[in-house]
Amino acid sequence: MTALSPSPTVGSRIAHGFGAFVKARETGILLALVLVIVAATVKNPNFLFSSDGFRDLLLTPSILLLVAVGQAIVIITRNVDLSVGSVLGLTAYLTGRLFIDVPGIPVIAVFAIGIVAGGLLGLINGALVAFAKVPALVITLGTLYAYRGINVLWTGSDRINSSDMPASFLALGTQSILFIPILTIIAVVVLVVAAWYLRNQRGGRELYAIGSDPDAANLYGLKVTQRLLAAFILCGALAGLAGVLYAARYGTVNSQAGAGYELNAVGAAVIGGVAIFGGSGSVWGAAIGAYLLLTINRALPILGVQDFWQRAVVGALIIGAIVLDRVLALRQARRLVEARDS
Amino acid sequence: MTNFLQALAPATRTYKDHSQPLWRRILFSREAAVIGGTLLVILVASLSVRAFAKPITATYLLLDIAPILLIALPMSLIIITGEIDLSVASIVGLSSVTLGVLHQGGMPIEAAAVVALLVGALAGAVNGFLITVVGLPSLAVTIGTLALYRGLAVGLLGTKAVTEFTEFWTDLAKSKIGATAIPSVVIPIVILAAIFGVVLHLTPFGRGIYAIGLSAEAARFSGIHVERTKFILFMLSGLVSALAGIYYTLRFSSARGDNATGLELSVIAAVLLGGVSIFGGRGSTLGPIAGAVLIGVLASALRLANVTSDVINIITGTLLVASVVATSFLAWLRTKRSRPGKKTETLAAAKG
Repeated sequence: MTALSPSPTVGSRIAHGFGAFVKARETGILLALVLVIVAATVKNPNFLFSSDGFRDLLLTPSILLLVAVGQAIVIITRNVDLSVGSVLGLTAYLTGRLFIDVPGIPVIAVFAIGIVAGGLLGLINGALVAFAKVPALVITLGTLYAYRGINVLWTGSDRINSSDMPASFLALGTQSILFIPILTIIAVVVLVVAAWYLRNQRGGRELYAIGSDPDAANLYGLKVTQRLLAAFILCGALAGLAGVLYAARYGTVNSQAGAGYELNAVGAAVIGGVAIFGGSGSVWGAAIGAYLLLTINRALPILGVQDFWQRAVVGALIIGAIVLDRVLALRQARRLVEARDS
Repeated sequence: MTNFLQALAPATRTYKDHSQPLWRRILFSREAAVIGGTLLVILVASLSVRAFAKPITATYLLLDIAPILLIALPMSLIIITGEIDLSVASIVGLSSVTLGVLHQGGMPIEAAAVVALLVGALAGAVNGFLITVVGLPSLAVTIGTLALYRGLAVGLLGTKAVTEFTEFWTDLAKSKIGATAIPSVVIPIVILAAIFGVVLHLTPFGRGIYAIGLSAEAARFSGIHVERTKFILFMLSGLVSALAGIYYTLRFSSARGDNATGLELSVIAAVLLGGVSIFGGRGSTLGPIAGAVLIGVLASALRLANVTSDVINIITGTLLVASVVATSFLAWLRTKRSRPGKKTETLAAAKG
């Protein structure tokens, strides 16, 4: 590997970095995203070059991006959190109720409460998974039901309307700073911090170790239970943040808010190269996957495909991505065997 | 390829203790607990909920849970091998739309139903191909095909619905056996359940399913065709889901792209509630049936008691979590109690 060569010059470092970028799994998906945007723009220039088009392009996937980042972190530990959509729905309604029941509550407090509430729901998932040693798939399938049920019970046929929430809060969902929507800025900041932590910090690397081989991680003395709890709390907290932002962005919240987000989030992570077995992938990939999913949804009608076919395209993308990953993994394994034998 | 969920299996796996007498083994099994729980709920509901004991309640209850009962049969076999199929509800939708579109195009219902069944089997075969030949994890594959098949169903029909079906068939889907309150749809369910039960419990193929779930590697070395078995199961799952789709369409006289959305969750909940281990290798045919009935009875009793139908979600979810956590907790309790040197007597209780 070139990384081991002594005292790399600046030039070779850049060349190495470029090589790694070209080979990275995320690049392929980024290329697909660019392709979709270009194709849609050629067909209808307003897709990118009108102020609304540009804003929507950045704004629409931001909420899913937050959820997908949390989901990717959980999947990296060889778990999955199917309850994120229900957590998002609960915190979105909680946000509305806070503004109605506590007049004059500061916006920052609502954010804090939303994130903490999401984190607590994540903690329930994490505790059940980590202590009862039951697969996350089953636990979070159960809490997907239970959280949504609590939401419906609480909400009933009630609905939060935009008139219930202060204008300064709603502005967060629609306004931009320097042409970039505030929502997108929040999402990107979270993404960068999460990516940095997973790549460079001990805790982040331990998540990968746990996902690669939970038993080995345990034998090695890693605090598996603690890390799993942290991953689930983080995932829940991000879904909570997404819920608050959902309320700000859409203005109306009913009992079905966020239904189906779990599949989009898992799909985004898988498309972005986060292996469902855990232990590999990055939040960058999941984020680009989220952008690709929702951008395709918006681009299809422009490209002349009826939007009924969106879900089929999403499914085909997921299948395509995992087949690609499998092919790449087999190729890599063959190359390693050849290198060993030669 | 090692199995995804097997890799997660904790050290708490327990096996049937055959030193116990038969009656104890049967009485203290998970299936017995679920069946007992179901009977208890029926008893309490009959006594306390007005109108629950009426025959019409049973009729609608069975009509409602028929698709869950049907799909739970192949689903439990798949989960026993340690895999999972999340795409079943989408196959229900796809077969429903196939039936509707073909019938609208002038094809008689019988022929359209055959095509719908073939489409379902094909959809299952695609799952099976990706899982066994390409070697992908079933969880990821079926999340993908969940979206893909649903997308095809919605794409084919859009927001339209086909509602014109021959009355003979729609009446048949809702009819009852003779003068009893039992709907006719129970007959095919009982026949299919018997077939699945015999195949799972009494044939080499069925024993192979358990062997794969306990250890795919060991099963391969003992001469079981692991890939072929899994492929057949996924295809069966597609076929039975398509059957459920046809029933669903005829019962509501409506073929829509979004028919039965989310049904996969109820099916999996019923199967796991019925004592099939998510780690594979353990379960029966009877347990999931009891699980499906339990969920259905709870739902209908609560609805009659004027509790909003939304509480059912909470109860289903909590039951699911509680049932798996209880298994882990009991196993943990047993390992705590059994210290080295102690006789295995105490180990044996309460586990099938």
